[in-house]
Amino acid sequence: MVRTHRAKALKGAYLALVLAFLYIPIVIMIALSFNKSVSRAEWTGFTLDWYAKLFQSKQIMAALRVTLEVAVLATAVSTVIGTLGAIGMQAMNTGMANVLVNMSYLPMTTPDIVTGVSLMLMFVFTKVPMGKWTMLMAHIAFDTPYVLFSVMPKLRQMNPNLYEAALDLGCSPLQALYKVILPEISPGIVTGALLAFTMSLDDFVISYFTSNTDQNLAMIVYSAARRGVEPTMYALSTLMFVAIMALLLAVNRRSGLENI
Amino acid sequence: MKRSWYASPYALWMVLFTVVPLLFVCWYAFTTPSGAFTLDNFSKIAQPMYLLVLWDSLRLALYCTALCLLIGYPTAYFLASRDFSRAQSLVVLIIVPMWMNFLLRTYAMMTLLEDNGVLNTLMRAMGLPGMKMIGTEGAVVLGMVYNYLPFMVLPIYTVLKKMDYSVIEAAQDLGCNPLQVVSRVVLPMSIPGVVSGITMVFMPAVTTFSISRLLSSGMVYLVGDMIEDYFISMNNRNVGSSISLVMLVLIILSIGFLRKVDPDSEGGGLW
Amino acid sequence: MKKTVVIALAAVLIVAIGVGVYFATRKPSEDRPAADTELTVYNWFDYIDPEVLNLFTEQTGIKVNYVNFTQNEDMYAKLEAGAGTYDVVFPSEYMIERLIKEDRLEELNLENIPNLANVLDNLRDPSYDPGNAHSVPYMWGTLGILYNTEKVSEPITSWRSLFDEQYKGQVFMMNSLRDTLGLGLKTLGYSMNTRSADELREACDLLVKQKQDGMVAGNFVDETKDKMVAGEAALAVIYSGDALYAMEKNDKLAYVVPEEGSNIWVDGMCIPKGTQHKEAAETFINFMCQPEIAQMNMDYIYYSSPIKQVVENLDEEQAANGALNPPQDVIARCEYYNDISDAMDLYEGIWMEIRMAR
Repeated sequence: MVRTHRAKALKGAYLALVLAFLYIPIVIMIALSFNKSVSRAEWTGFTLDWYAKLFQSKQIMAALRVTLEVAVLATAVSTVIGTLGAIGMQAMNTGMANVLVNMSYLPMTTPDIVTGVSLMLMFVFTKVPMGKWTMLMAHIAFDTPYVLFSVMPKLRQMNPNLYEAALDLGCSPLQALYKVILPEISPGIVTGALLAFTMSLDDFVISYFTSNTDQNLAMIVYSAARRGVEPTMYALSTLMFVAIMALLLAVNRRSGLENI
Repeated sequence: MKRSWYASPYALWMVLFTVVPLLFVCWYAFTTPSGAFTLDNFSKIAQPMYLLVLWDSLRLALYCTALCLLIGYPTAYFLASRDFSRAQSLVVLIIVPMWMNFLLRTYAMMTLLEDNGVLNTLMRAMGLPGMKMIGTEGAVVLGMVYNYLPFMVLPIYTVLKKMDYSVIEAAQDLGCNPLQVVSRVVLPMSIPGVVSGITMVFMPAVTTFSISRLLSSGMVYLVGDMIEDYFISMNNRNVGSSISLVMLVLIILSIGFLRKVDPDSEGGGLW
Repeated sequence: MKKTVVIALAAVLIVAIGVGVYFATRKPSEDRPAADTELTVYNWFDYIDPEVLNLFTEQTGIKVNYVNFTQNEDMYAKLEAGAGTYDVVFPSEYMIERLIKEDRLEELNLENIPNLANVLDNLRDPSYDPGNAHSVPYMWGTLGILYNTEKVSEPITSWRSLFDEQYKGQVFMMNSLRDTLGLGLKTLGYSMNTRSADELREACDLLVKQKQDGMVAGNFVDETKDKMVAGEAALAVIYSGDALYAMEKNDKLAYVVPEEGSNIWVDGMCIPKGTQHKEAAETFINFMCQPEIAQMNMDYIYYSSPIKQVVENLDEEQAANGALNPPQDVIARCEYYNDISDAMDLYEGIWMEIRMAR
């Protein structure tokens, strides 16, 4: 018993270290959001001015809306087609599946700048005017592989006979999908959706080249760098962080997350 | 209808928004700015100077992937062990930092590592000599690990979570020590997750560009930076495309080898 | 049953694409009255006082949609894609020259821009755009050295200091092809716009050696100013606008335009081909040249304004600030960048050699 307790404490300490590594920069960002100086290089005193300025900036608020709209829609669509893609590919012959898997390496491997410019050229070529809808299509394209690669391992882990058994027991293919496959792979789907949302929320280069007038937050931050990133951006990040944490706590309290 | 048809929306989307744009890249890679066929774009990057940049990019991406695996695997394993009742929330905590803007996070990292940054100031306050961190390869690898770690932890975690714990107990009962349990039982079963993780870390890491520029103070020049230079500063999409194509082939080849390691890889590998 | 699923999926997908294309192609209805015009202004981030935009809308009824780029080169790439999207753009002088050459800018009707007369004489009728046919200056400045007075032994006056052994590992160069090569050329006494392979080779050798000798601590563009505020290096190549930002936050910093000469940059206002609102765009440009508006912008951005009345209005301290108000002799030894896109082959190899030097 003592040994397992000690083991648990060690595991906890290790996780705490990893989390500390991930969160130290976040703590610095939060601190900078209260810094009087515009420059991240000096601390000149505490202020809440940047928060006030944040809500006055129409440009930032509009960008926040575009960011969330695109990220949510892109996550939803890519989760659906990515999951279906993984399920479908498992049932394919190896050759065909290989072609599709290799295809999904492409957006991950191609540098963003190349993807962005080539998508831009494609949209110009097809005369599709660029805005948040073209941005959305591009986001779905680079999000989906992350879903695919999160779901595939779960599918392979699943007993392949389960599906057949369900069919033998009288399930229609759709029922088998809903009642047998999806519950088995749901952790993979959730992971995939999380990764997709993460990628979409923070994309600058591809968004920049696939949208002319609609700007997301990443575009604002990058273009702000030339004149010095104002702490309003840090303030926005801090608020988003607090919101996410609150949401997490709320969900956790109802412990809904544990069951997925 | 066959189950394989479920993949059709996926295939359609990929062809439209990945393969078709890639055709543009191929077109540029094999033409001159005026549109005539040429192979010069490729012979240019065969120069030793350019090859060194490619080598550096692969090398740093490998370091990054190895470190992510080294740090990420135990993280995923501990999270999946049943010791933590709120493990799922902890998993979300791993990815939440990535929801903050990348550039701001990297600036925060710079603030940490600079000569007069947070870490050096702290060290000097404790009477230790300062350290040169910013502008080194180490800083770049650290930044990459920071940015890609969740992409390693998550897939491994999802696989380990559903592992049958009675197998581990059985191994323990049969006299395996913890190390043997991990190496003989857990590791082999988690291979699919590891492969996914390596894929999602290694591939984007090879062509990363902002991290190297910011954390190496522009002193480490990687292939992502080079492609950006060609596409934007020099407005030369032809050479930029050819470099990008070469990288694409190299990365897919190396991932192909990785999939060969994977014992029961059905859905991966090379064409 | 199975077929219905496929059909349903296909239908969803087609509808999704269709809806996307529909919304994407929907233009703001063509026959709106002029008062409802919306101008899309494509500019650097935060480079106009937001209050100025509000005033403009109030006075003219023309709305403004403010969109940003991060550098001239990516703006250039986007102009190709966004033909007809942007009504006013703010490129720098060498980019203006290139856009004119490639016939991507509308010729301005100067009758609609009488306030052009407010622009400083030495910035009017520039070599990059004779007669201001396509552009009106908005902000301008120089390229120079920002140095930390506590970390240098004597006042800096020359580009040579960037290659001086005593500042080993204390120099920030600029991650920018034109500026880095330009200052290398100037150090050797050549023009920043040279097309001579020999001169470029000489400059390249100088810069490669500088890197190999361990002189350079970093290559940045945007990050230089904050790093200098933090005291991360002794010397940095910088634009005067960024120098003003840094000097305001750290009084140990000073700015100099080296005696060998340097670059004068101008960010101009232009109208790209394909605009639907040329007259409104000209109204906008004219508005920006009003003295009181230019004053607001200068106070907000704190860059040098090209409007005479604003310059005359500078207080003593501002007038004496060489970064904000470059004296005549500095202007005399500076030159504009010319467009070198047709000689890019020459520059490309040289630049790569410098970037990859180790």
